Amino acid sequence: MTDAMIGLIALPLAGALATLLLPRSATAVAIGTGLATTVAAGLLLSGVATQGALHYEIGGWSAGLGIALRADGLSALLLMMTALVALAASVYASAYFNTASERARFWPLWLLLWTALNALLLSGDLFNLYVTLELLGLSAVALASLSGRRAAVAAALRYLLVGLLGSMMFLAGVSLLYAGYGTLDLAALSHMVAPGPSAWTALALMTTGLLLKTALFPLHFWLPPAHASAPAPVSAVLSALVVKAAFYLVLRLWLDVFATVVTPAAANLLGLLGAGAVLWGSWHALQAERLKLLAAYSTVAQLGYLFLFFPLLLALPSGPARDLAAGGLVMLALTHGFAKAGLFLAIGVIQQRCGHDTIRQLDGTAQRLPATTFAIALAGVALIGLPPSGAFLGKWQLLAGAVETGQWLWLVVTAVGSLLAAAYIFKVLGHAFGHRPYPNQPVTVAREEWPALLLAGMAALVLGLSGAPMWKLLELGI
Amino acid sequence: MNWDAWLPVLVVASSLLPGLVIFFLSEGSHRLRTALNLAGAILKLVLVGILIWGVFHEHVYESRWTLAPGLELVLHADTLSVLFVTLSTVLWLVTTVYAIGYLEKAPHRSRFFGFFSLCVSATVGLALAGNLFTFVIFFELLTLVTYPLVAHRGTPEAVRGARIYLAYTLGGGMLLLIGTVWLHVLAGPTAFVEGGILSSLPAAYHPQLKIIFLLLIMGLGVKAALVPLHGWLPQAMVAPAPVSALLHAVAVVKAGAFGIVRVVYDVYGVNFTDQLGLLTGLGIAAAITIVYGSVMALFQDNLKKRLAYSTVSQVSYIALGTAILGPIGTIGGIVHLVHQGIMKITLFFTAGNYAETLGIHKISEMNGVGRRMPATTLAFSIAALGMIGVPPVAGFVSKWYLGLGALEAGMAAWVMPVLITSSVLNAAYFLPVLYRAWFREPGPAWPAEHIPAARFETSAALLWPPVITATLALAAGLFAAAPYSPLEWATLIAHREYGL
Repeated sequence: MTDAMIGLIALPLAGALATLLLPRSATAVAIGTGLATTVAAGLLLSGVATQGALHYEIGGWSAGLGIALRADGLSALLLMMTALVALAASVYASAYFNTASERARFWPLWLLLWTALNALLLSGDLFNLYVTLELLGLSAVALASLSGRRAAVAAALRYLLVGLLGSMMFLAGVSLLYAGYGTLDLAALSHMVAPGPSAWTALALMTTGLLLKTALFPLHFWLPPAHASAPAPVSAVLSALVVKAAFYLVLRLWLDVFATVVTPAAANLLGLLGAGAVLWGSWHALQAERLKLLAAYSTVAQLGYLFLFFPLLLALPSGPARDLAAGGLVMLALTHGFAKAGLFLAIGVIQQRCGHDTIRQLDGTAQRLPATTFAIALAGVALIGLPPSGAFLGKWQLLAGAVETGQWLWLVVTAVGSLLAAAYIFKVLGHAFGHRPYPNQPVTVAREEWPALLLAGMAALVLGLSGAPMWKLLELGI
Repeated sequence: MNWDAWLPVLVVASSLLPGLVIFFLSEGSHRLRTALNLAGAILKLVLVGILIWGVFHEHVYESRWTLAPGLELVLHADTLSVLFVTLSTVLWLVTTVYAIGYLEKAPHRSRFFGFFSLCVSATVGLALAGNLFTFVIFFELLTLVTYPLVAHRGTPEAVRGARIYLAYTLGGGMLLLIGTVWLHVLAGPTAFVEGGILSSLPAAYHPQLKIIFLLLIMGLGVKAALVPLHGWLPQAMVAPAPVSALLHAVAVVKAGAFGIVRVVYDVYGVNFTDQLGLLTGLGIAAAITIVYGSVMALFQDNLKKRLAYSTVSQVSYIALGTAILGPIGTIGGIVHLVHQGIMKITLFFTAGNYAETLGIHKISEMNGVGRRMPATTLAFSIAALGMIGVPPVAGFVSKWYLGLGALEAGMAAWVMPVLITSSVLNAAYFLPVLYRAWFREPGPAWPAEHIPAARFETSAALLWPPVITATLALAAGLFAAAPYSPLEWATLIAHREYGL
């Protein structure tokens, strides 16, 4: 299984180099790399499911000096989601970019981003996490500015500065920890950290840096323009995966490494920010006039739900109820990843086929692009959290945790947020179903439409109906 | 899994799979689509026949699928679910025939019939749900798949009606979800068990259980169109006639009423609900709705709108029967679930026939229509008389049992006036229509004659469905005492419920 771990990093890295060297066959190389990486992620997932958490030291150097890789249920699941989303987005990207020069610039950065994501999810020590976080941020910025348009470059520049600021704060926290405990290994640290000013400061610095990167309200200001002006396949991966990576680190730090340090008050603060994100993001998504902006604000809101779990997880005693809630959190994160990626790809199809993504002018889309409209509807079901999507199960656990711990505020926020989500999704669908006596025949373009449809179907049907084993897998994690 | 576990799944799948296939058919493949629709509907009817026989002989049909630890999707057939499944299946078959005739040459038929089949699948799934969690899932699915049907025509009014429908039902769904989650935290998985499961909870939980009951009934009440949550129903009238027929008789409105019956009888237990002091509140809400709906119906000139307000009123008879403690009242409420369905679907079919054949949308345009379309008008008359409660049509049986149940439960003081007022109002808004249709002289020309009179007064696919359902409505009243009649089955349910 260690081969799979190495493969998850080495394959996309090698692919990135190959596409750089062979720009003419870059697309074929990239799709091949994507398939191989997805197989590796599948192997790792089945390995973790049968053998439990895995650990590997590259070159035999022990942690502290060498590079240690680790994978547990949580990281294996996120790696699998990363692979499937990135693969689908790759297939779509092969149809999205028209010119050879665009493709030549896109593929190396794209595979580098994938490498960084995988490496981040597999890293077991804080320094490597910092490095992968930087790599991820830089490749993401480069991809976001790919179109070269003024708005995109301005948004990407802001994205870059915010990312750097976040990384610096993270690094400052890491140095404080190293000064205090002399190690950066996560497993070792989790036994050593004790409540105290230095641990609190380190956690506060690292968390703030990561919240900037994951765009938690009110630090979300950079996300909507950056995600809305990137090319569609890039937006998909930025919204579905890149912000999730930073969130994954927050989760690791709060529930794993610093579990003894965090206080209910701090968790409540995260919950409040999450509540702000849900309400603010959903409201702005409802006001948005363009589809891509709607999707980007929806990302702000959906990340908010994930933070609502923190006060619940801290209040619940460890046991089955807490495991259920933790599973709900991961289920919500996974569903959002698939759904949002599917939504962005579908928006890309509309943008290219209709020449715009203005919501008010979408009338007749259901007639013209039936498969894509269906993909938006499926993704929408998952974003609202209606059954049978995975998000329904996630929100069920969120509501149950809120009832169980008597934290009714989160319940109200979830209910209001879900109804707002329904309002913005059905605003789009209402326009799409609007009748326009089109002379045009319905269009179906397999390579453009299937990726979105499959991702949305994954979120709305597969995760919800067959997600039960996930809870079992997670017990090997958090 | 053996046959007993597969049967409930097959009952749902027999409309789900054809529906999914239909989405991918091109508009032109009319025959294949019709064949798939009818094959699914007939197969479902056969499967339901087996189910009826088995449940009567106390056979257990159950399938389970785990969605998350402690959360199971359960399909389970008991007497109550079989009643609703049978109603949906029979009326689906008839409505499919009607819809094929109605939508001839209309655009987007594949999309329409796809969602139409999904709508019935959701209804049947909801009927077979074995616990509250499963019920909620199918309840929300039903909301989702009916939205494109209401918005089908794509006109601004249709999209607006659909949006209002969605706002109400999703809001209600959220209340239902919160109540269900809360109950799940207090009591664990809430399986539907005859007699309820909550009476064993400690008394300290009772205040919470009251709030949860309110949440659940409000959530269900939106679909069941309990006043003041009924606002969407008259707006949803913009849907095509077969959709209105299905919405009012089987799917959406009935799902809400069925849910109320489930919650009272099989989650809380009717005696425990009474003990918590919740039955009277439900009864009063139902009574207000019955009278309000009837009064509003009086003032509508648009035929479909009048029928819609009549639905608001009539569906609450089911809730009223639920609120009457004792087996007789229970029988009256449950049997009305079926009777109202058959009668109301007839009324909507005939309203659709008037509109499609002669362009008649308003009651003021119906003068003398009985001479031009005698069979349709006869069907309309039977159903309307049934709604008023004239024997021997089915509606009389429901009202008789409701009144008798109220007497037995000592609630006659307020139930009787409600029943009498409502019947007088029913007569006041239906009899003038009948008078116009049969006895007034027709005007010089119909508003817009689309289908000329030939061998039949309208096309056969439009004519037969209302004739069949009107016959059923008459038969359900005439042969109420026959074995396997709706009344007999409702009696069986009540007996198992009260452990008689």
